Amino acid sequence: MSQVIARADADTLPEVTTERGERAVFCGLTSIIWLHRRIQDAFFLVVGSRTCAHLLQSAAGVMIFAEPRFATAILGERDLAGMADCHEELDRVVSELLARRPDIRRLFLVGSCPSEVIKLDLANAAARLQGVHENRLRISAFSGSGIETTFTQGEDQCLASMVPDLPAAPEGAQRLMVVGTLADIIEEQFRRHFAQLGIVDVDFFPAARADDLPPVGPGTRVLLAQPYLSDTVTALCKRGAKLVSAPYPLGIEGTLAWFQAAAAEWGHSAETVHEALAIPMARAQKSLAKVRESLQGRTIHFLPDSQLELPLARFLRDECGMSLTEVATPFLDQTLMSEELRRLGRDVSLVEGSDLDSALARVRNHRPDLTVCGMGIANPLEAEGLRTKWSIELVFTPIQGFDQVADLAGLFARPLARERQLEVGSWS
Amino acid sequence: MELTLWTYEGPPHVGAIRIAASMRDVHLVLHAPQGDTYADLLFTMIEREGRRPPVTWTTFQARDLGSSTAEMVIETLKGACDRYQPQVLLVAESCTGELIQDQPGALAKGAGLSAPIIPIEMAAYTRKENWGASETFYQLVRGLLAAKAPKPGEEQPLRPADQPPSVNLIGPTKLGFRCRDDVIEIRRLLESMGVRVNVVAPLDATPHDLLRIPEADANVNLAPEVGELTCDWLKRQFKQPTISSVPLGWGATRDFIAEVIDTLGLDIDPDAVGESRLPWYSRSVDSTYLTGKRVFIFADGTHALAAARMARDEMGFEVVGLGTYSRERARDVRALATEYGLEALITDDYLAVERAVTELQPELVLGTQMERHIAKRLGIPCAVISTPAHVQDYPARYSPQMGFEGTNVIFDTWVHPLIMGLEEHLLTMFRDDFEFNDGAVPSHLGGEGGGGAQQPDNVTPMISPEPGAVAWAVSAEKELRKIPFFVRGKARRNTEHFAQEQGLSVIDVETLYEAKAHFSR
Repeated sequence: MSQVIARADADTLPEVTTERGERAVFCGLTSIIWLHRRIQDAFFLVVGSRTCAHLLQSAAGVMIFAEPRFATAILGERDLAGMADCHEELDRVVSELLARRPDIRRLFLVGSCPSEVIKLDLANAAARLQGVHENRLRISAFSGSGIETTFTQGEDQCLASMVPDLPAAPEGAQRLMVVGTLADIIEEQFRRHFAQLGIVDVDFFPAARADDLPPVGPGTRVLLAQPYLSDTVTALCKRGAKLVSAPYPLGIEGTLAWFQAAAAEWGHSAETVHEALAIPMARAQKSLAKVRESLQGRTIHFLPDSQLELPLARFLRDECGMSLTEVATPFLDQTLMSEELRRLGRDVSLVEGSDLDSALARVRNHRPDLTVCGMGIANPLEAEGLRTKWSIELVFTPIQGFDQVADLAGLFARPLARERQLEVGSWS
Repeated sequence: MELTLWTYEGPPHVGAIRIAASMRDVHLVLHAPQGDTYADLLFTMIEREGRRPPVTWTTFQARDLGSSTAEMVIETLKGACDRYQPQVLLVAESCTGELIQDQPGALAKGAGLSAPIIPIEMAAYTRKENWGASETFYQLVRGLLAAKAPKPGEEQPLRPADQPPSVNLIGPTKLGFRCRDDVIEIRRLLESMGVRVNVVAPLDATPHDLLRIPEADANVNLAPEVGELTCDWLKRQFKQPTISSVPLGWGATRDFIAEVIDTLGLDIDPDAVGESRLPWYSRSVDSTYLTGKRVFIFADGTHALAAARMARDEMGFEVVGLGTYSRERARDVRALATEYGLEALITDDYLAVERAVTELQPELVLGTQMERHIAKRLGIPCAVISTPAHVQDYPARYSPQMGFEGTNVIFDTWVHPLIMGLEEHLLTMFRDDFEFNDGAVPSHLGGEGGGGAQQPDNVTPMISPEPGAVAWAVSAEKELRKIPFFVRGKARRNTEHFAQEQGLSVIDVETLYEAKAHFSR
């Protein structure tokens, strides 16, 4: 089932086709896998079913982590039948957890499909538990349910749930807030680049420590490091912050434009930024040139998964010379994507939503050189002789900024290099 | 509400998917939200399947609730029937699907679909994965065969005299532990006995194959967690006896051969059927160092029971802990544990298992992926013997667990993580050698894995240490460090227990040796 819905600025923007049907994406709970590594003193307690616990341990092979800072409170028949008071049970489970993990500074109660359907009010529960453990830690709730969110949207819900806790920024002072989980190493690089531009009042949200909450107010300029943060942006704007419209810091052009958009708020011209960042850009161009050869002229197809699809497609087409057979994304926020849509232009086949079987039929029809897809689909496509790249890896890997440009391109080049190298089997 | 870090079994609908994914020409429609589709990767990533499991999901969203979810079910069913044209369509729901009470089974029956429908009730909030697999397979077999069962007084037709005796192999599935290779091994074993394998199910069977199940003389209950319910039903309905010895281990394989001979009335010498290298490897002098190694076992019921017997009777280990997460098999595991002088650990709480391993300080852990994880943290050698397992436990090589070749494989697998006999002695004699010491892993394991990579007493367990622990004098602590790392954790614990029993507040060198004498075996 599909229809054309949007045709804004018909001459310059891509047409968006929406599809409704079977979806194949992880739910928002999956974002806990990177969030619990980023916020090092936070604990994520999913209130859900055995399915939720099973997802978390299956989705990313997360059992490598000796000490997971997440767990599932599994609802049982007694909870559902009302034989046990869910709130009392939750209090007991939380006490048990905090006794075992005294180092935790922030606890997230994470809603799931079952908790949403039975209308278990976790926000209320969090407020009540906050009263009990007032001086010990912060407790809040967000939903990672698969009926509301796809996997990266879990981060959006998590960050949005923290916005009310952010301290108010003093009047008048302009500060930059970079929003969205980034690897530590990238945060350091970006801080250095901002310093080179004379911007030192920079906060990263979320920070590595749960108590490091950036201030927010009318002087706050929000610069998104990740594209899937619609609700967080809305919540920040309600507190007076202003969103800086920019593409995402993927690829040299994206990263440059991202810094330029931020710097413009501090009155710096685009040329100034270009000059200040000339050295890392030159380095990035040099390293990208080597990888680019593998990608030049090849075709790539995006199945809807991470919401990173648009900026990645823009980078791979404009800077690596690939051509796009189709770019699908589970959800398209026209505002947050406006700069990316403008850059992609009219000649892109853009799909919002999913109807799995027809999407796969189109992949088989196009037979692209590379398909970016979820983990469940990758091997079946490989078995059909198609090269794939799992999209979840793009969320777990440092890919933003100048010094990661070659690494980012390398993620796409590696399956193609492997195809050239292997003498076994058939990738006909 | 139950606090869980890791779970040994998935939810029951994952069991249903395992049945569908194991078979051909069966399709499963699951009424479930989009997030539940992660289950695909269990098959395509962990077991490297080259096809998506034959499952179509309704993937309803919040906006569909209360209005159109029932329509989505019907649409999805029709779409799946048209596209895949299965011989049988299974219909079930996941935990969230169950809550919204659309009753997809009833909807399917009323939808006028071309394929025969078998609805499965999943009981997501009380049951788990193996139950789901067992129930799905049972409903499928019953749905297809109930009408074919002989009426009371009616005899099952006898096998023609010119046909060889035959059995069905019941229970092996995708995502089972080494099922692919076990089926090959057991088929080979049976064929060498002149027994034909009639149907293997669910693995690689079609619904048409299931219709031929009654033609066999008996059913081999190869994976009781999945197949027992069905074997029992076939026994009642079709008078097919069940062969219930699971051929895991040397003795168990011989039991299996004897049971096959007895059940089918074969005239062959059980000792001539085959042989494993395990008896000689275990008796050879090099294996002396295995004697009395303290082993902790935790697995699904079938593999835990088999491993305990093998560990004690065939390897010469001492079983110091035995448990299972399969509550369905709790009675059997408890009985065997009692025979071994142990109290069985029946739990699906990973933390309880971790506490038990920490407390017992075994020299080898035989468990699941979860126990591998625990053992790694505690610096104890480990071998995986059961699901849940990770991608490395679905190996490229032929690696059965069952039959005589299976016992060879298991012997190697269990011995490999241990430190070899002479190496162990040398470590004990020359403790302070700068290269050949605590930090060194067993020499045949190179730079990874291995017991010595982490020092057990430097690992902070996830549980907090007991209050009121006794103090160690510096001299005793120093002496303790001279004890080889692979027994040091046990020595530390034993000494502390001993000191507490004796009411001592400080442990000195004398206490250490008193304790050693006290606990010596």
